[in-house]
Amino acid sequence: MRYLDQAAIEHIAIGAAFLGTGGGGDPYIGKLMALSAIEKNGPVKLYSVDEIADDDFFIPAAMMGAPSVLVEKFPHGDEFVKVFQKLAQYLGKEKIAGTYPMEAGGVNSMIPIVVAAQLGLPLIDCDGMGRAFPELQMVTFHLDGISATPMAITDEKGNIGIFETIDNKWTERIARTATVEMGASSLVSLYPTTGAQIKQSGVHHIVTLSEKIGEIIASKDQEVNDKLQSLLKLADGYELFQGKIVDVIRETKGGFNLGKMNLEGIESYKNDQMKVHFQNENLLAEKNEQVIAMTPDLICLVDYETLLPVTTESLKYGKRVRVIGLPAHEKWRTAKGIETAGPKYFGYEYEYTPIEELVKKEVAEHV
Amino acid sequence: MYKIGIDVGGTNTDAILLDHNSQLIYSVKSPTSLDIKTGIEKSLQQLLEGANIDKTKITHAMLGTTQCTNAIVERKKLAKVGVIRLGYPATASVLPYTAWPADMIDKLSGNYAIAHGGYEYDGQLLSALDQQEITKLLEEWRGQVESIAIVGVFSSIKNDQELQVREWIQEVYGEEFPISCSSLIGSVGLIERENATILNAALCKVIETTTQGFVQALQAEGIFDVEVYLCQNDGTLMSIDYAKQFPILTIACGPTNSIRGASYLSQIQNTMVLDVGGTTSDIGVLQDGFPRESSVAVEVGDIRTNFRMPDIISVGLGGGSIVRVNGNKITVGPDSVGYKISEEALVFGGSTLTTTDIAVRLGLADVGDSTLVAHIDEAFAKAVQEEISSLLEQAIDKMKTSSEDVSLVLVGGGGIIVPEKIRGVSTIVKSEYGGVANAIGASIAQISGQYEQIYIYSKEPREESLKDAQNKAVKQAVLAGALEDTIELVEVEETPLAYHPENATRLKVKVVGKMV
Repeated sequence: MRYLDQAAIEHIAIGAAFLGTGGGGDPYIGKLMALSAIEKNGPVKLYSVDEIADDDFFIPAAMMGAPSVLVEKFPHGDEFVKVFQKLAQYLGKEKIAGTYPMEAGGVNSMIPIVVAAQLGLPLIDCDGMGRAFPELQMVTFHLDGISATPMAITDEKGNIGIFETIDNKWTERIARTATVEMGASSLVSLYPTTGAQIKQSGVHHIVTLSEKIGEIIASKDQEVNDKLQSLLKLADGYELFQGKIVDVIRETKGGFNLGKMNLEGIESYKNDQMKVHFQNENLLAEKNEQVIAMTPDLICLVDYETLLPVTTESLKYGKRVRVIGLPAHEKWRTAKGIETAGPKYFGYEYEYTPIEELVKKEVAEHV
Repeated sequence: MYKIGIDVGGTNTDAILLDHNSQLIYSVKSPTSLDIKTGIEKSLQQLLEGANIDKTKITHAMLGTTQCTNAIVERKKLAKVGVIRLGYPATASVLPYTAWPADMIDKLSGNYAIAHGGYEYDGQLLSALDQQEITKLLEEWRGQVESIAIVGVFSSIKNDQELQVREWIQEVYGEEFPISCSSLIGSVGLIERENATILNAALCKVIETTTQGFVQALQAEGIFDVEVYLCQNDGTLMSIDYAKQFPILTIACGPTNSIRGASYLSQIQNTMVLDVGGTTSDIGVLQDGFPRESSVAVEVGDIRTNFRMPDIISVGLGGGSIVRVNGNKITVGPDSVGYKISEEALVFGGSTLTTTDIAVRLGLADVGDSTLVAHIDEAFAKAVQEEISSLLEQAIDKMKTSSEDVSLVLVGGGGIIVPEKIRGVSTIVKSEYGGVANAIGASIAQISGQYEQIYIYSKEPREESLKDAQNKAVKQAVLAGALEDTIELVEVEETPLAYHPENATRLKVKVVGKMV
């Protein structure tokens, strides 16, 4: 067990935005909420997964909806308490032993910290993605057959809903509609889980990993190339590209932010090109017309000089970036993982190939 | 008829005089004084003495000033601000003044309240206003605040609540009490807009003394019947009354004036402008004669805001930048000998190798004593120039919106160090009056109005939405002092919003008109 203080939260916000692969919203408002909550209630305890009891009960917390609404209308703060109590009551559980994030991302890495601070609950060092994805069923717990419901949904006005659905895709459909009615943003508590289920199905150490990534990016005493090397080593990653954005093509479809960007190589990538396709998150990267990384593996864009994560909302011509690829958690690389969040689910007609193999192949061809 | 333009910069206060054809008649430069006012008086005096014209024929006087920026950076002369956020029960998880520097909160008194109010993203009511709640608050704050900032959730969609609360405050505190409404200042993003509104409210005293000081300086020189304007950071002007309501819009008008002046001197409307000073170079983009706006959050005095600011990039490269050799690598800047260039540069008998020395060695400029740099190896000088070129090329590239070559207008005292050719640049245009481009920019400015709102095209068709936004922008422009029948639409920006089930679009329009 250790405490998360202000510095830890600043680092987690950066690291989680990095793992958010372009999605997950602007980390600024999420971070302010978390910092405000610990200023009022004191630092939050972080438990590693080995420190929790198998029989104890845990509920994650997340925001659902449009990042562009969240920057204007953010929560009151007591919704978290209400929704937690409601779900616990419905489940007949007297004691909730802790909370944890559903995904890594600028906003949703921070929400459980607010909840933990307000309820005096510990935060558990795990999440359900190890990255960010756009839909509620894209969670490792779902891959292991755990139900997202009973779930609770609420807004700042005090409306509360409890859903029990026949499967997790229906959870997504119904919760999405309720979210729109609640003003395009809501708070959700779903995938209630036991300690044993977390140990079995969660992505472990993700809070700590986010914090370490954030620490490296924020560090002021290292050269950018040294920082990058530390980052790649820490996350088993690959630098896929250094380039400048020369074109961004966007369209909004079904409430999602779709598009692709073209990058022109700089420095040692001078004669190369890259294309990155995104749907809120970056999902597919092609280097010189050949796929070099694809979902569920992580495609992270960072600023060329500062290594700060770049969200898909802030892409624009002339921005210099580095593209970093990371292998997804092993659960995503199973048949069900690929079916749930692989390239075909998002409409890209490719067979999933792990990033390690794609990079190896590219290097071999280059030689 | 004549126009006077004055630009108060960090180092110099420039004053210029234009005739009825907007031809430059006379210009002076004098050091900026600590109190700003004396510097303005002095340059005005010199200008009128030197130009020797009939003072009664002066019809307009424009001032570009850094006083508001300085007040924020130095935390001086700021008003005590009460913040009323309309959004309860939403938004209580992040309070007003969160993440502000502590000394700034102290200066502004830190008073705030989150009251009932606000809208949803689609314009539906979030919660209704409660007049009693506001009146009670005002009784509590009586004597403790000198200015009030009103910030409503999604007020950029509907701002009638903000205006209603403004009325209630005027009923209690009187018509003259300074009030800032967020919907008139910032864009979507509550915290950033709130911060900008608080800063605007805090500047009410500074702008009062600035405008008074300028009018008095003019009167002291026997200039009475003139239209007096202040420069905004988008290259347009505002009347004194308007400036008193929106002092924050003067921030960063300096670089704006300089690129607008550059456009005027070169007679080019769409171009990139490079303003090279002693220590830094500013690069801006002119679109139809106006500076392009920044699209990201901008920090002012360590406070994150989202009000309109020109998109300017600064690089640590100027006429006094120090040239060094580090192993095999040549570095230029970012440090500079600054105003000491006339003592420290080699060509002036000093001992520091600067970019100006390189320019003289390569025959690009004729300043100081060229024999003092004759010993520099030509290949080395060319390598340094290559480095300068590459610094500029990168900065220019960051400002481009496509990979095509751009034309570049060059102004500023440090312009001599710029090579004849830069990759990505098709032509470089220079002007002999480039040194006072900023004061020229101040005196040629027009008057604008701007409006931004999220429209749902499925409910309010695009044509109607555009018309509505344009009408509201025209109203703003007229309020700022524009002649209604000269107003034209210069900018329409449409951004479709992600996640919205309906066809929601953020629409921004800008109009510009001639002065009354």
